[in-house]
Amino acid sequence: MENVLKSEIPEGPLSEKWSNYKKTAKLVSPNNRKKLEVIVVGTGLAGASAAASLAEMGYNVKSFCFQDSPRRAHSVAAQGGVNAAKNYKNDGDSVYRMFYDTLKGGDFRSREANTYRLAECSANLIDQATAQGVPFGREYGGYLRNRSFGGVQVSRTFYARGQTGQQLLLGSYQALMRQVNTGKVSLYARHEMLDLVLIEGKAKGIIARNLDTGKVERHGAHAVVLATGGYGKIYYLSTLAMGCNASAIWRAHKKGAFMANPSWTQIHPTCLPQSGEYQSKLTLMSESLRNDGRIWVPKDKNDTRKANDIPEEERDYYLERKYPAFGNLAPRDIASRSAKEQIDAGKGIGALKNAVYLDFSKAIKEYGKDIIKERYGNLFNMYKKITGIDAYLEPMKISPAAHFSMGGLWVDYELKTTIPGLFAIGEANFSDHGANRLGANSLLQACVDGYFVLPYTLQNFLADEIKQPKTDINHPEFDKAEQAVKKQIEGFLTTKGTKTAEEFNKLLGSELYDKCGLSRSKEGLEQAIKNIQDLRKAFKTDLIVPGEASEVNSELEKAGRVADYMELAELMCIDALQREESCGAHFRTEYQTAESEAKRDDTNFCYSSAWEWNNNPSNPILNKEKLIFETVTPSVRSYK
Amino acid sequence: MKIHLKIWRQKDSQSKGEFKDYTLDDVHQELSFLEMLDTLNLKLVKKGEYPVEFDHDCREGICGQCGMMINGIAHGPLKNTTTCQLHMRSFKDGDTIYIEPFKAAAFPVVRDLKVNRSSLDHIITSGGYVSVDTGQAPEANSIPIAHEEAEAAFDAAACIGCGACVASCKNASAALFTSAKITQLELLPQGQTETSKRVISMVKQMEEEGFGHCTNTEACQVECPEDISVLNIARMNYEYNKAKILNK
Ligand SMILES: Cc1cc2nc3c(=O)[nH]c(=O)nc-3n(C[C@H](O)[C@H](O)[C@H](O)COP(=O)(O)OP(=O)(O)OC[C@H]3O[C@@H](n4cnc5c(N)ncnc54)[C@H](O)[C@@H]3O)c2cc1C
Ligand code: SF4
Ligand code: FES
Repeated sequence: MENVLKSEIPEGPLSEKWSNYKKTAKLVSPNNRKKLEVIVVGTGLAGASAAASLAEMGYNVKSFCFQDSPRRAHSVAAQGGVNAAKNYKNDGDSVYRMFYDTLKGGDFRSREANTYRLAECSANLIDQATAQGVPFGREYGGYLRNRSFGGVQVSRTFYARGQTGQQLLLGSYQALMRQVNTGKVSLYARHEMLDLVLIEGKAKGIIARNLDTGKVERHGAHAVVLATGGYGKIYYLSTLAMGCNASAIWRAHKKGAFMANPSWTQIHPTCLPQSGEYQSKLTLMSESLRNDGRIWVPKDKNDTRKANDIPEEERDYYLERKYPAFGNLAPRDIASRSAKEQIDAGKGIGALKNAVYLDFSKAIKEYGKDIIKERYGNLFNMYKKITGIDAYLEPMKISPAAHFSMGGLWVDYELKTTIPGLFAIGEANFSDHGANRLGANSLLQACVDGYFVLPYTLQNFLADEIKQPKTDINHPEFDKAEQAVKKQIEGFLTTKGTKTAEEFNKLLGSELYDKCGLSRSKEGLEQAIKNIQDLRKAFKTDLIVPGEASEVNSELEKAGRVADYMELAELMCIDALQREESCGAHFRTEYQTAESEAKRDDTNFCYSSAWEWNNNPSNPILNKEKLIFETVTPSVRSYK
Repeated sequence: MKIHLKIWRQKDSQSKGEFKDYTLDDVHQELSFLEMLDTLNLKLVKKGEYPVEFDHDCREGICGQCGMMINGIAHGPLKNTTTCQLHMRSFKDGDTIYIEPFKAAAFPVVRDLKVNRSSLDHIITSGGYVSVDTGQAPEANSIPIAHEEAEAAFDAAACIGCGACVASCKNASAALFTSAKITQLELLPQGQTETSKRVISMVKQMEEEGFGHCTNTEACQVECPEDISVLNIARMNYEYNKAKILNK
């Protein structure tokens, strides 16, 4: 099975692969471009930048998102920043160093050539965004400002206050709207893709539901691009937006696109904890807080005193104790896992005993409140807005939350999925981050895919399609797909059970978080698979969705998303079970060192798993893309 | 605590709407406003009734998708806060809360509290951008921008496009929203070349969408979750007049 997957890495040394590719990629003449149509699903950084760039080139683009405006895609929520190897700080940064940091951060589980290209195109992105009017932070001299971010020793992160994602997204949204103005982009907001249509094995269109009218529509094109973001919402409680979903990629998966490393999920250590059973969302608090905040739990698990009443010697600063060299700045996966250990040992704090303290009292004593306010004032305000608590007076309560999907649709170097004519970009694909994503690299990846990579690789594909007529949406394959979608909707509406989709999502999410979250074990995963199968059965018979198909119906929207989660969740567990090693965010309790660190197995598991749908969620076929390291020798990550 | 709700229910843009009464007996202080509505909806769905439709997505105050009139105030009583960031601790046991959609001619009701704000997108489409194609950008540091200018541009760029300014305005004007984009791009050298063309087409579009005229009541800034300044409107008017004169 191993050679089903062709990664299509170009010839030549690492640093020349992308330019070699661009030199030889096929072109489409401007005259022919206007005869070709492309569907781009998603208007986050990946989708908006791709749609705008393709339209500028002269293609006809149809752009879809489920929000009421493309500007609201969840890229908008990214706070920290975006990386680029500009070396403005003269601190020894380079494309190679950025590539290496990313590869190492991902625990040597990504494809060298893709990761290199990400670093190589990073500088261009800063130029592009600046030209669009993105107000990045500036030094007093007027030049762009940088800061450092987790896991690296240089300052390569560009930022726009704590709203980098918002500002980058507005840049690409405006570029997109400019093309709407020229007529090259047709915009379909409040539309949800519910199926992919294949004609003679090629992706030729989608079925989408107009969320305002309930109408199920057909859209045809010469190629389809999925830029639909991450699926962390499968855990229900996460840093994602309420509507984030796996439906587009999952339905493409069921039509033949392979899913790669689906179980690799980044769980972010510094989020606001769940405070009650009705909570819907775990807000991310910037990682930068760990620069001055100290993380601790009471030594005694029955301690009911208020934080400030617990004396110093009765506190366990467990990160400082376990990782003296990195202390509170240990990488995300390690910080999250350690918090879980404490919580599982009954030492969690707060009403639900599900959090740990992040304490600024030492820093306030040392530097004064004003300095701390200057550094983190906006975050302390946000914390107060949500919790009502003043973190200058008592420690914050934080806990880990699902945050980023390293897994996604398998794509080759050209970002093609295993279905001809179907491409996947941004967080929706699996490509560049390996088993753990470094902070500030995913805004970058979404942008690089959309602005700089896809326009070349899609054109290389379209060059062979210029003779193809406009796709006929009356083709029997469209009938079939539309009927299937309608039948599924009808099924949801007529089940008339007792539990809402959200209730099912919560049950699934806590099962997954518990057994396929921060740490995984054979026993737990096998149990989870069984439980998920039972839950899926219950979902089929006990779901309740009110109302009709032909109207605004948010419960119906949720039902479709949760139905897909019910299947994807099992694949995540199967994937985690199959990988008998620990790497990055994937921590199998059976595979750890004597010091409880992840134990990678390069002899047996140096591959990306790419799962093929086999008519049944319990029966996927494993394909392996062997990872070949030509330039770098994988080493052991150590943070002691 | 016990909360009484009077919520605007309207099946679609054609139907007539009305307030319906609901009571929730056990509302926790730490619930967000939208989570409070979630609990109401859960109850309604379980009873086989149709839940209250409202818009929301990020639930962290940045996407701009949420928004409703809460006791007559866009996004509710807490200053500089979106509906999703409002929490029930801002209310008292026994309170009655009126909840309505953002109302404006340019925001037709879709259902219940959901409105269609595409008119704001249309304003951006008409000129709210810098005309630069992918690949044309010069080296970023080739155009230094003073720290203060970049920060001022950011202040205007922080608009989340929620439409609260329109809803809070007695004229249903989109002047605050439109002027914020004009100001951001005008403050940056990258955007300056197109200012006069931009301001003319965006103002024209604003009128075509059916937004009212600004009469400087300044209600918009008060209810804007991002505290976007009304000085942007003055700047827009100045640029507009300048462009009109120069184009004569
Ligand atoms: C709270 C938070 C903070 C973050 N901070 C950072 C950071 O500081 N730096 C960094 O580099 N990364 C950060 N990330 C990660 C980064 O923001 C995302 O990985 C990235 O923005 C994803 O972009 P995207 O374009 O792939 O997807 P998204 O921006 O999520 O866009 C997805 C799009 O697809 C559409 N869509 C989805 N499903 C469907 C469907 N079925 N039908 C139609 N349309 C659909 C949506 O409407 C949307 O337009 C953060 C993430 C979160 C959640
Ligand atoms: S100006 Fe303020 S109120 Fe108006 S859309 Fe922007 S953020 Fe919302
Ligand atoms: S839901 Fe995004 S701003 Fe309120």
